Amino acid sequence: MSAVKKWTVFSVRAALDAKTISARELTAEFYSRIEKRNPELNAYLTLSPERAYAQADRVDAMRASGKPLPPLAGVPVAIKDVISTRGIRTTCASRMLEDYVPPFDATAVARLEDAGAVILGKTNCDEFAMGSSNENSAFGPVRNPVALDRVPGGSSGGSAAAVAAQLAVGALGTDTGGSIRQPGALCGVPAMMPTYGRVSRYGLIAFASSLDRIGPFATTVSDIAAFLAVISGRDENDSTSASVPVPGFFAEMQKPVEGMRIGIPAEYFGEGMDPEVRQKVEDGIEVLKKLGCRTVNLSMPHTDYAIATYYIVANAEASSNLARFDGVRYGLRVDGSSLREMYENTRGRGFGTEVKRRIMLGTYALSSGYYDAYYLRAQKVRSLITRDFTEAFKKADVIVTPTSPSPAFRIGERIDDPLAMYLSDIYTVTGDLAGVPAISIPCGVTSDRLPIGLQIFAPAFMEARILQLARAFEGATGDSS
Amino acid sequence: MKISREEVMHVAELAHLELTEAEVERLRTQLDDILSYIDKLKELDVSRVEPMAQALEAHSAPETTLRDDIVRTCDVSKAILEQAPHAKAPYFRVPKVIER
Repeated sequence: MSAVKKWTVFSVRAALDAKTISARELTAEFYSRIEKRNPELNAYLTLSPERAYAQADRVDAMRASGKPLPPLAGVPVAIKDVISTRGIRTTCASRMLEDYVPPFDATAVARLEDAGAVILGKTNCDEFAMGSSNENSAFGPVRNPVALDRVPGGSSGGSAAAVAAQLAVGALGTDTGGSIRQPGALCGVPAMMPTYGRVSRYGLIAFASSLDRIGPFATTVSDIAAFLAVISGRDENDSTSASVPVPGFFAEMQKPVEGMRIGIPAEYFGEGMDPEVRQKVEDGIEVLKKLGCRTVNLSMPHTDYAIATYYIVANAEASSNLARFDGVRYGLRVDGSSLREMYENTRGRGFGTEVKRRIMLGTYALSSGYYDAYYLRAQKVRSLITRDFTEAFKKADVIVTPTSPSPAFRIGERIDDPLAMYLSDIYTVTGDLAGVPAISIPCGVTSDRLPIGLQIFAPAFMEARILQLARAFEGATGDSS
Repeated sequence: MKISREEVMHVAELAHLELTEAEVERLRTQLDDILSYIDKLKELDVSRVEPMAQALEAHSAPETTLRDDIVRTCDVSKAILEQAPHAKAPYFRVPKVIER
């Protein structure tokens, strides 16, 4: 990777305060980086310079008038293309929405902009966030900036790659079955899935409503906290957003981690894990012990059922949510001689292979005669998986595991085997089903220099505890700069 | 075999998806593999387990509240219709549904 200056939320603020750079100059610097690097990475699908420079100028005007700057003033960010942005094309990386321009902003986007962030553009992802490698985008795969022949992970691969290559200081992604944390791990950047309900889903184009979450990618744990603080909190436009108070993440994060009980679940360290991943995660646990944490061996017996549960629950919800793409109100229409034929033609040509596969699986699981055997049973197993977490958190303050069983795989390596692809989310989907928060943070690289991620789970609404431990780990391993 | 070719075509009809011949056969094989894998859920006794539809209830988070039902101006029809593939204000246009 070419050595570009690494900006953080904090260094942007320091530079603006010291007047060594303006928000406009910084925005221009990022667009010039994107121009150079995006053709090979394909991380961005759409750029929004008009909106970005208008926002940068507002920040510069505030600074010139001596007004106090909001927390993310002038910070260049990228938004996953499943999150609505007013006036900026939002495609879900699908032919179905290739020309769709939302008339409103998602709450998370509006909050970032209100806090002064500069939205550079929209990032590539798997179509409708369905995938683990970013190869399911209708607009071509994203390449991992660390190793160009490898995937960045998915589905938020463009957001992870953009931040890893410093084409944005931070980015929003979404996590339904590992889609924030797994690409974070594979690209080597911190990536957080907040508690279900912590961040409003208003304006997030729905995949599986009981699972979908918006969360940040950044280059440091402190920056993760800065973004999370801005996007969190109740929103009256999302009835599932929680009225739980948002703590001061920075104050909480400074607390010592000594004595923290780290749960190590045996089921997350079984067969099928790459030996180098195992080694680095075990080394990471040793680092946590040196910081004064205590390990507790645990069992979470239903872990092995999570992928099967997830693929029923998520796809049943997806088959219902994606029924809205029918060629009538927005997006693609392919004409037919009857209404029904128009629906079938539109959906047959607008959706890619993986999306069709999932709609089929979800429709099947909900169809007459199969509902009890598949959907209802999966919802019950979801209760058991959640109970595993509740029980674990009686004995431990946090749970530490690998994020993904392997480092970034080669583009094309798993594309013809959906099941093998699904299994790359084996350590992450449990958290989606249970609703609890988790982070992936870098914990070293393989002998091929491929990044490895360490995952930390905490009980619902305890993001501050995750940040506290992640920051201590980052400080001890020197991954922060 | 978990799923037949006829079932695949029936489900595609339920989902309003036009599939090519090649897609039907490929999907049949892939869904068969996936459904066989999913069968592992049958190993568990769930007879006394409640289904879980939402994460918030499970964590007994303070009850999410619905917002007050207040009438507000919502003048968005023009912006919405602009995104429609075929519209004639104030309507969306679709192929003829009712035969005379």
